[in-house]
Amino acid sequence: MTGPPQLVAAAQVNAGDTAWMLIATALVLLMTPALGLFYAGLVRSKNTLNTFMMCVAALAVATVMWAIVGYSIAFDGDGPIIGGLGHAFLNDVTFEPRDGTTIPHLLFMAFQATFCIITVALVSGAVVERMRFGPFLIFAALWSVLVYAVLAHWAFGGGWLIEGGTLDFAGGVPVEMGSGFSALAAALVVGARKDYGRQALLPHNAVYVLLGAGLLWFGWFGFNGGSGFSTGNSGVLAFTNTLLCPACTLVVWFALDLVRGRQVTAIGAATAIIVGCVGITPAGGFISPGWAMALGALAALPSYAVIVWRPRTRVDETLDVLAAHGIAGLTGILFIGFFAQNSWNGVSDGLVYGDAGQLGWQALAALAAPTYAFVATFVILRVIGLVMPLRASEGEEALGMDVVQHGEEAYVTGEGAVLMPTAPDGERPVKEPV
Amino acid sequence: MKLVIGIVRPEKANDVLTALYRAEVRGVSLSRVQGHGGELDRVETYRGTTVKMGLAEKVRFEIAVSDEFVEPAIEALCEGGRTGEVGDGKIFVVPLERAVRIRTGETDHGAVTPVDA
Repeated sequence: MTGPPQLVAAAQVNAGDTAWMLIATALVLLMTPALGLFYAGLVRSKNTLNTFMMCVAALAVATVMWAIVGYSIAFDGDGPIIGGLGHAFLNDVTFEPRDGTTIPHLLFMAFQATFCIITVALVSGAVVERMRFGPFLIFAALWSVLVYAVLAHWAFGGGWLIEGGTLDFAGGVPVEMGSGFSALAAALVVGARKDYGRQALLPHNAVYVLLGAGLLWFGWFGFNGGSGFSTGNSGVLAFTNTLLCPACTLVVWFALDLVRGRQVTAIGAATAIIVGCVGITPAGGFISPGWAMALGALAALPSYAVIVWRPRTRVDETLDVLAAHGIAGLTGILFIGFFAQNSWNGVSDGLVYGDAGQLGWQALAALAAPTYAFVATFVILRVIGLVMPLRASEGEEALGMDVVQHGEEAYVTGEGAVLMPTAPDGERPVKEPV
Repeated sequence: MKLVIGIVRPEKANDVLTALYRAEVRGVSLSRVQGHGGELDRVETYRGTTVKMGLAEKVRFEIAVSDEFVEPAIEALCEGGRTGEVGDGKIFVVPLERAVRIRTGETDHGAVTPVDA
């Protein structure tokens, strides 16, 4: 007679896997301040701090919401649409290995939390330079549960997509398409910046942008390489593909820049790094290194096209989250349907290797995730907008969100600054005689 | 020949440039300056240190024009720079003694008249 089945099936915590996942979690966490740097460089100098602070806000709000309820919605049970509340307040999340992995459940939760954080931060790129900080905090809290956790359940946590057969290695559904199409909805609800389309609104520090992109790429090795939850083959494959794919995107982006403007641009290169990393995110552990390089080259094309086209429209999706994340994520998700290879991933073949059904499930994910993200984000922001104004006044927008929202400046000189004996305690600034 | 000096809000500098262009006033210099003109002070806090920012960022236009372009330049500065709030800036007009265009050696009226090229 054998023992109870759950004892036979129970995996042990593996020291090597746990060590790697501890590091991978820290790598992914670094991506959020890296994104802050990337975004801060892309805005005008008077909005530097506010833009960065939206990413810091994600670190605060998304983490807390994840621990309270988001993790449970995403990863408790296998309901088709949402998970249960069994892990609310991290109930029953302990040192025992998480089902299907050889790492402690607690660490699994922390790793997944860093995904939720970066995704919330990504959406902020659509509304920088005009959305007020307070409503953004409320939006971040609601969105992290109602959109991110739900999509994560569909793709990772036992929801209808993963159960049906959709392959999404590291978050093409919840992270990339989730943030990209939510960003489009957010830009539409919040509205364009007052000077959008009338004045050139240029990035104020291209070095921040490049450094941010570089740090994001670095962190992405944890993001993709950790999504195998082990030091096994799929993690190693995804890790290596995270090196190869963005390099190919960079090369093609250089070529596109040369054809279009006869010069290779720095901000274009930074964007290409992001697009390449996003493209390989869903596919990392499922396609061969050769196909990963092909994906990198291919993913540049639709994202480049959207980045060229979008500023000609009236949609001020300010930092092109849709193009860099939504479109590139969608490209990666569909690419799996064609080029997934059982001999590399041990899970499934795509159309080219004989399984057309895989493409069907990838296409379904590419339809469902953007639709849900767009509609849910639209409704959340509309509801918040009923209670409080989402955006700053035109005068405040002209002055810059750093001074208006935070009472600080990124590049303050201190000239002419007079010490105040006591904190103002909310009193209005006084008019000084000259 | 006058030197028109306009000190305006940085966020209105583009509007002023557009207005000057429409008034066919070409040839401007602009610089970022800091100043104080009686507007409300901003209060900022850096960790425990709370300060009143006595100086505000402004953009200073310097426009050398022949006499008939003085009024159009002033009108353009007002039109482009005005928000109606305290802190919109000032315009000063001062007489110009000499002007020389370095490339050609032209002086005075010839030097401040834009070339069509």
